[in-house]
Amino acid sequence: MSTEVISQIDVDRTRGDFHYPEQHTYDAGIGLTHATIDYISDVKSEPDWIREFRHKALDVFLSKPMPTNWASHDLENIVFENIRYYLANAQRPTRSWDDVPDDVKRTFERLGIPEQERKFLAGVEAQFDSEAVYSNMKKALGDEGVIFVGSTDGLKEHPEIFKKWFGKVIPTGDNKFSALNSAVFSGGSFIYVPPGVKVKHPLQAYFRINAENFGQFERTLIIADEGSEVMYMEGCTAPKFETATLHSAVVELVALKGAKIQYVTVQNWSANVFNLVTKRAVAHEESEVRWIDCNIGSRLTMKYPGVVLKGRKARGEVISIALANNGQHQDTGAKMIHAADETTSNVISKSISIGKGRATYRGQIHIPKHLKGCKNNTECDALLINSTSRTDTYPAITVRGSGNSVQHEASVSQVSAEQIFYMQQRGLTEAQAMSLSVNGFVNDLVREFPMEYSVELKRLIDLEMEGSVG
Amino acid sequence: MSDSLLKDAPAAPGLPDWFRKLKSAAASKFESLPLPSRRDEFWRFSNLKALDPQDFTPARSIAGETAQSLVSASQGLQATSGSFVFANDHLLARQADAELAKSGVVWLPLSEALQTHSDLLSRWFMQNPSALGSSKFHALHQASLKEGTFLYVPKGVRVSAPLQTFHWLAGSGQAVFPHTVVIAEENSAVTLVDWFKATGEARNLSCGITDLHVGAGANVRYASVQEWNRQTVSLHNNTTTVSGHGSATHLSLHLGGLFSRSESVSRLNGSGARSDMLAVTVADAVQEFDQRTLQDHRSPDTYSDLLYKNALYEEAKTIVSGLIHVEPDAHRTDAFQKVRNLILSPNAEANSLPGLEILADEVRCSHGATTGEIDAEELFYMQARGIPARDAYRLITFGFLNEVLERFPDEAVRAALQETLRARLAGH
Repeated sequence: MSTEVISQIDVDRTRGDFHYPEQHTYDAGIGLTHATIDYISDVKSEPDWIREFRHKALDVFLSKPMPTNWASHDLENIVFENIRYYLANAQRPTRSWDDVPDDVKRTFERLGIPEQERKFLAGVEAQFDSEAVYSNMKKALGDEGVIFVGSTDGLKEHPEIFKKWFGKVIPTGDNKFSALNSAVFSGGSFIYVPPGVKVKHPLQAYFRINAENFGQFERTLIIADEGSEVMYMEGCTAPKFETATLHSAVVELVALKGAKIQYVTVQNWSANVFNLVTKRAVAHEESEVRWIDCNIGSRLTMKYPGVVLKGRKARGEVISIALANNGQHQDTGAKMIHAADETTSNVISKSISIGKGRATYRGQIHIPKHLKGCKNNTECDALLINSTSRTDTYPAITVRGSGNSVQHEASVSQVSAEQIFYMQQRGLTEAQAMSLSVNGFVNDLVREFPMEYSVELKRLIDLEMEGSVG
Repeated sequence: MSDSLLKDAPAAPGLPDWFRKLKSAAASKFESLPLPSRRDEFWRFSNLKALDPQDFTPARSIAGETAQSLVSASQGLQATSGSFVFANDHLLARQADAELAKSGVVWLPLSEALQTHSDLLSRWFMQNPSALGSSKFHALHQASLKEGTFLYVPKGVRVSAPLQTFHWLAGSGQAVFPHTVVIAEENSAVTLVDWFKATGEARNLSCGITDLHVGAGANVRYASVQEWNRQTVSLHNNTTTVSGHGSATHLSLHLGGLFSRSESVSRLNGSGARSDMLAVTVADAVQEFDQRTLQDHRSPDTYSDLLYKNALYEEAKTIVSGLIHVEPDAHRTDAFQKVRNLILSPNAEANSLPGLEILADEVRCSHGATTGEIDAEELFYMQARGIPARDAYRLITFGFLNEVLERFPDEAVRAALQETLRARLAGH
C-alpha cells in the first residue's frame, strides 16, 4: 500500500456536533467532595443506605492511585476538580413521548433515530444528561414482570431485587473509576427479567452527554433470572466541546442458571471524551453472557468487558470492534475468569488504526487450580491503515493445572495492495476500495450486532474511512 | 541482596581505568535502585520472595581435588575449537585450537582480555542497558563481575568447530556473575555453548550477562544450558544486537534453579537482520522460571522468530512475557512469537503474556500462546502399541520440546542438547 497518497482523516462529527441551550435545574457545581455526594442524594431523595454507599465509595476513590503504572499517561490530563459530577433536568422520568420536551426531541431527531425503529424497540430508555427523561415500556413487557427502570428508581422501588447484586459484581474498590462511579452514579438502566421470560425485542437506551465539563456516570445492572433471555443495547454519541469530558460507567450483569444475556454497545463519543468504563458479568450454571462491543469515538477509551464464569458449563464471550482515528486511543479488551468446571470463553477482537490512531488490546484469561475441561479461545486481529498508525496487544494468560485448553492468537496486517488494485481495476476509487476492505475485515463481527446496529456501524465505518486515502 | 556483596569485592590489580569507573558507578547505581515490585509490569506474576535480601558473598575460588573433579566433569561437546572451565568465577582450565589465534580470533577469559585487549573490550562491554526490568541486577553484575568469556571473531573468519564454556557454582551462600561477550565482525561465523552447572545443594546466587554483537552478514549461534542446583536463584540478562543481513540464533535450555529469571532482548539494527530466539524449559517440583523477551525491530526489512516451549510438572510455575516492538520506520518487518505450555500436573501454573507494539506499516506480525495437556489420543496410540503410559508421557514431552532444539543449526550442539534434555526428563 502506498502511503504517499493518503491524507489524514478528519472525523465527520457533524452528527453529534451540536447542542441546545442547557437548562439544568439541579447542578451540583464543579468538583467532588462529600458535600457533592449529600447534594446528589438529597436531590434524588435516596434512602440512607445509598447515601452511605456513595460516601464510602468517595473515600475509596480518593485513596486509590491512577493506574498509570500500566495504562496510558493521557489519564493524567483528567482534572477531577474541573468536572461537574451531577446535573439533571428537573424532570421525573416520563412515561409518554408527548411529555418529552421539544428540544430533547430535536436532539434525538438530529441523532437520526428513525421513527419506525421505535416501533421495534420494546422499551426506550433515553438518557439526556444524567437522568432518564423518557422511559417507556411496552405494556407486554410489564405484564411479563420485566422491570426496566432507571438506576435510582430501581434501587428505591425494587430494593428486594436489585440490592442483592448492586455493587457485588463490580465492588466499589475494584478500580479507581468504579469507585468514582459508585460515588456519583446517576442514570443508567436497571433491568430484571423473571424466570423463563424471553424478552423478544432488544431493550435499548441511548445515552448522551450534553453539558460541557460534565462527566456522565451511569450505572446499569441487569439480572436475568433462571432460564430467561434478554438483549440490551447501549449506544451513544456526544456533542463536541472544547474541554475534555469524562464518562465513567459501571455495568453489572447477572445471568442466573440457564439465562442468556447479550449486551450490545456502539460507542461513538466525540473525540474529547475520556471513556473509562468497568463492565463485568457473573455467569451461573449453564448460562451465557455475550458482550458485543464496538468503539468508534472518544479520545481515550479504556474498557475490558469481563465474565466471571461461576457455574458449571457457563459460557462467556466478547466480540469487540475498535476503530482508532487521529487523536484517539482505543484501549479495549476482555477478561475471562474461569471459576467452575467445563466453562468456556471466546474472545474475538478486531481493531483498525487509521492516521495517527492507536488501538490496544489488553486481555486477561485466568484458569485457577483444580478445574477440569475449561476452554478459552482468543483471537485478536489488527489492521493498520497508515504508516503513522499504531497497534498494541497485551494479553495475560494464567492456567493452573492440566485438563484445560487455552489458545491465543494475534496478528497485525495491512489492507493488501493486491486487493485494492483488484477493486480499482473494476472501477472503484482507492477510497471506496479501502472502505470496502475495512468493512470486509470486520464484517463477520458486524453481523453479530442486531440488524439496525450493523447498518449504523457500516455507515460509521464508511464515515471514518472518508479521506483516509486518495 | 546484602551490601556484603559489594564490600568484599577485592580490587584486582591492573584493571583498566574505564573498567574501574564503570564498576564503581554501577555499585552506586545498584545501591540506589529499589528491588523490583510486582506492580511493575516487567515483574507481573513474578514471585519476588526469591529476591529477598540474602547473605550472599562473592564466590571463593576452588582448588585441589574438587577443582580437578569439576574439570573432569566438564563434558559437553566432543569436538571444540576451544573451551574454558570456570568455577565460582575463577578459571580452572582452558583450551584453544592453534587455528584460532592464527586467524585473529580472540578467545580469552575476561580477566585476561581486560589486560590485553582493553580498548577492544571497552567498545563493546555492556553497551546495552537493561530493557526488561532488571536494571538493579544489571548494575549488580557490572559492579561485581570478575570473570567470563571474551570471544572476538574478525571480519570474514568462520570458526568451524563450536566453542564452549563451563561455569561451575559450588559452596553455600556464594554469588557468581558469569559474563559472556561475543563480537562477530562482518561476515564472520561462530558457535558458542555456555554450560551453567553446580555441585552441592546449597543456596547460591547467579547474576549473569550474555551479550552477542552480530556484525553485518555475520552468523552467531549461541546456546546456554542452565543446570544450577535446586536452591539457586538465577538472574540472567541476554542481549543480542544484529546488524544488516546478520543472523543470530540464541537457544536457552532451562533445567535447574529454584527461581530463574532470564531476560532476552534481540535488537535488529540493520536491514535484512534476523534473530531466532529459542527456549526450552523443563520445570518441576517448586521451580519457577520467569522469562521476559523483547524483539526490538529498529530497521526496515528485519526478521525475528521466537519459539519458547515449557513443560510443567508438579508445583512448577512458568511465566513467559514477550513483546514484539516495531519502531515507526521499521517497515516490512516480519516478527513472530510462539509460546507453548504443556501442563503435566494439576498443580502447575503457566502464565503467558504475549505482547505486540506495532508503530510501523506493512508489517507481518503474529503471536500465539497455547496452554494444554497431552492429547489423550496420542497417549492411547502409544499405549495401544505396548508403550507403558509413563514412557509414552516422556516420549511425547520430549518430542514436544525437541521441536525447539531441532531449530538449532549446529548438529553437534543439537545432539548434546538433546542428550541433556533426555537425561533431565528421565526422572519423569
